[in-house]
Amino acid sequence: MHQRTDDGSAEFAPPQGVYVDDAPSEPSSITSDVPARRTFIAQTVAGGLGLLALELLPSSVALAQPSAPVDALRASMPVITEYHAGVTFTVNGATRTLDVDTRVTLLDALREQLKLTGTKKGCDHGQCGACTVLVNGTRINSCLTLAVMHEGDAITTIEGLGTPEKLHPMQEAFVKHDGYQCGYCTPGQVCSAVAVLDEIRAGIPSHVTTDLMSRPQLTTIEMRERMSGNICRCGAYSNIADAMAEVAGVRA
Amino acid sequence: MKFDTPAGQNPIDQLKVVGKPTARVDGKLKTSGTAPYAYERHDVVANQAYGHMLGSAIAKGRITRMDTSAAKAAPGVLAIVTALDTPKVAKGRFNTASLFGGPKVEHYHQAIAVVVAESFEQARAAAAMIRVTYVKQPGRYDLAALAKSAKLVSASSDEGTAPPEVLRVGKFESAFAAAPVTVDATYTTPDESHAMMEPHATIAAWNGDKLTVWTSAQMVAWARSDLARTLRIKPENVRIDSPFIGGGFGAKLFVRADAVLAALGAKAAGRPVKLALSRPQIANNTVHRPATIQRIRLGATRDGTLTAIAHESTSGNLPGGSPETAQSQTRLLYAGANRLFALRLAELDLPEGNAMRAPGEAPGLMALEIAMDELAEKLGMDPVQLRIVNDTQVDPEKPDRPFSSRQLVECLRTGADKFGWSKRNARPASVRDGRFLVGMGMAAGFRNNLVVRSAARVRLDKDGVVTVETDMTDIGTGSYTVIAQTAAETMGVGLDRVKVMLGDSDFPASSGSGGQWGGNNSTAGVYAACMKLREAVATQLGFDASRAVFADGRVIAGDRSAALADAARDVALIAEDHIEYGDLDKQYQQSTFAGHFVEVGVDRFTGVTRVRRMLAVCAAGRILNPTTARSQVIGAMSMGVGAALMEELAVDTKRGFFVNHDLAGYEVPVHADIPHQDVIFLDETDNKSSPMKAKGVGELGLCGVAAAVANAIYNATGVRVREYPITLEKHLEKLPAVT
Repeated sequence: MHQRTDDGSAEFAPPQGVYVDDAPSEPSSITSDVPARRTFIAQTVAGGLGLLALELLPSSVALAQPSAPVDALRASMPVITEYHAGVTFTVNGATRTLDVDTRVTLLDALREQLKLTGTKKGCDHGQCGACTVLVNGTRINSCLTLAVMHEGDAITTIEGLGTPEKLHPMQEAFVKHDGYQCGYCTPGQVCSAVAVLDEIRAGIPSHVTTDLMSRPQLTTIEMRERMSGNICRCGAYSNIADAMAEVAGVRA
Repeated sequence: MKFDTPAGQNPIDQLKVVGKPTARVDGKLKTSGTAPYAYERHDVVANQAYGHMLGSAIAKGRITRMDTSAAKAAPGVLAIVTALDTPKVAKGRFNTASLFGGPKVEHYHQAIAVVVAESFEQARAAAAMIRVTYVKQPGRYDLAALAKSAKLVSASSDEGTAPPEVLRVGKFESAFAAAPVTVDATYTTPDESHAMMEPHATIAAWNGDKLTVWTSAQMVAWARSDLARTLRIKPENVRIDSPFIGGGFGAKLFVRADAVLAALGAKAAGRPVKLALSRPQIANNTVHRPATIQRIRLGATRDGTLTAIAHESTSGNLPGGSPETAQSQTRLLYAGANRLFALRLAELDLPEGNAMRAPGEAPGLMALEIAMDELAEKLGMDPVQLRIVNDTQVDPEKPDRPFSSRQLVECLRTGADKFGWSKRNARPASVRDGRFLVGMGMAAGFRNNLVVRSAARVRLDKDGVVTVETDMTDIGTGSYTVIAQTAAETMGVGLDRVKVMLGDSDFPASSGSGGQWGGNNSTAGVYAACMKLREAVATQLGFDASRAVFADGRVIAGDRSAALADAARDVALIAEDHIEYGDLDKQYQQSTFAGHFVEVGVDRFTGVTRVRRMLAVCAAGRILNPTTARSQVIGAMSMGVGAALMEELAVDTKRGFFVNHDLAGYEVPVHADIPHQDVIFLDETDNKSSPMKAKGVGELGLCGVAAAVANAIYNATGVRVREYPITLEKHLEKLPAVT
């Protein structure tokens, strides 16, 4: 890992007012006095804490006034430099080497740098499953993992499962059973569905597995439970269950 | 083509392609991840920079200062546009709150700045560095507290003239007082979020005065006109492209901040800009289904005949916003001589309330259909039978105005039969299955059919391929497929000879996707254009157009026959037309109907409700594609389960925002929540709706579902909950004792 630049000095200035931040994971205060792209970036790892403190302010506190406790909290926050790093992994069998900002998620590396946009960003917070990919055969939410964490990994995306000309059997089953509507959650559903059947076959238990001493069965209740991290707001669940059952060779 | 008399026999009636269960023509693209959504269009324009929205941290007040010095100096930042340093944008015709606020703040997370940077990470980080100084003002955030002072408003009607503020037929008060059996109850429905999977997203690029946006919009023509109005530029200088939309449910009916900010950011940066709202910004920055407080009074004779019906609903919205018209279905669903309807609207400073899937009917039926269940119980009458005896074949307010088609009774009877309704034990809390209390519930479903002008252009090429171009959108409804089916049927070719191009404002303006009007109207527009193309083909071939038969890729007139492609051998033939409507929707009330049946199990120990079985029986005109129509209905049924059991935007009534503004806090149904679902479409054609004889199903599938779940829970537990969603704490203490 290397710092992109080393010729600027970062300075932390307490904020004068109040600002909003959406996600606790996002930096809450940054300041710098050197030109863009040739500088440090000051990033608070404790941004979430700062935000929390703001939310806890009594409503009687006039927001236009600087708040001493909040400023003190911010002043104590550590400063982090913007880093770039190289990473090499395989995507759908091809070796890819990237130089990435270390904040880049695997999801954004796939979508923005490798232009593999089949993997979708629905929430960016691990709440919807649209970004599901397979890493070394295991499904993960690619928005919850940084690209630089995947040195040497084998990543399979929806594009690696099949193409319009040669669909994967699960993709074919989704088409046949209309296991989708708008199509946005679909790549994640398909990747999860493929992995779920493998997980059941590998004997990995789930929340609904009643007997941990015997192998879980390919039942729709097992499948529905294990698919529950993949939200489909169009509500194609019943059809997805049919598609999975067909691929698994069982009755829905 | 003007549609002003009921449709006779026409080429669609052949049903060689239309009406057949057909896999989506875009299915391979969607399942392989190659269908391009708005934020993914790397190929459409080079040098795209990244935009990130900053939303207001307060719900109401003024911005006095925005310090962007640190943000501007942050790595990668190309431009920052704030609410204070740019000319005020105008407000779109369809927006209640401005899409770019400041200095006045109208609601929490209203957009107040956009940061453009080389990377997403840099833009997001820099946006958090903008220091905003606010002066907070007191806001109004508590609907329940403001309901008493809410003002009567008259909701707009389909007929262009607003009805009176309190709509009366007969004499409600005296009839209600005289009724031997009555229900008088108040029901509440919460604020709900569309929560479509694809966030609002736009890529914007300027070329001189011309702006192109690749975006996610249900209504392309509205997006074009309102984006132009907002940015104070000419509509002809705006192009919208929206070929794939990752769900909308109403959230993408109107231009939103992503398009405005991407355009402003691109202008400032001198580069194309892509911008998506982050998931936690969506609930408060955009729109939601407003909460309602509904009072329903029903009076009936002992045989179940309704004599008095009153439905009053109170909702809230920003100043200038509209009420949730939760009374609308009650005006048309049941007979009854004495009727009263009223809407009240409280001014709130919460984010803008607007249309979500089946606005009006969805929350209205959540209340009405519990009230009917309560009445049935008081009467000692079967809930299905109560609805049947109160069926009407005419508009109850205008008895000389019949329904164009109305098979509600058939929906209910078929549903009861197929679901095994006769096995239901009418006495609540009397069926057990292990740890579960089991109950069955039902509700009627109702949603109007709306007719809207829709245009299309069709082209026949020398290889015999028919290409359809219309700005119609496919939000998951299956527009690509039903339009392809329509063109194939009309032109007498196979689906493999039809190409459908959607979502581009350079194409003729369609009905767009909303109000379950998209399927019927957009295909009718394509049908009109195809009929015009048939004339051009016949003329080119020297055939009598009125006698020409188009089938199997050939044109046959009398003893003459030619390949369809021959007509375009020298030059492609192009035809453009639209469907427009006369007053058949005034002469006849056009609506769609359903019977919803649900079985639930309520855990005796925890109060958790699990849906065990669901059935919908729908009567909605001709079903153009039973595969995609069924999917719309099961999806809507799933959304109905969400409305019944879990969906609620939690309001912070002190600070004025929706607290659970992401998909972890705002719970929607997941796989494990939804059982196998059955859908039955009754055989129906409606010759007054359009030449397609179709209506819509996408919203019908939702209407009534939540009440059916609620009624099933009551049947299971004997505890009536009138506040949605029916979460376990609302009935746990009152559940039958566990012995």
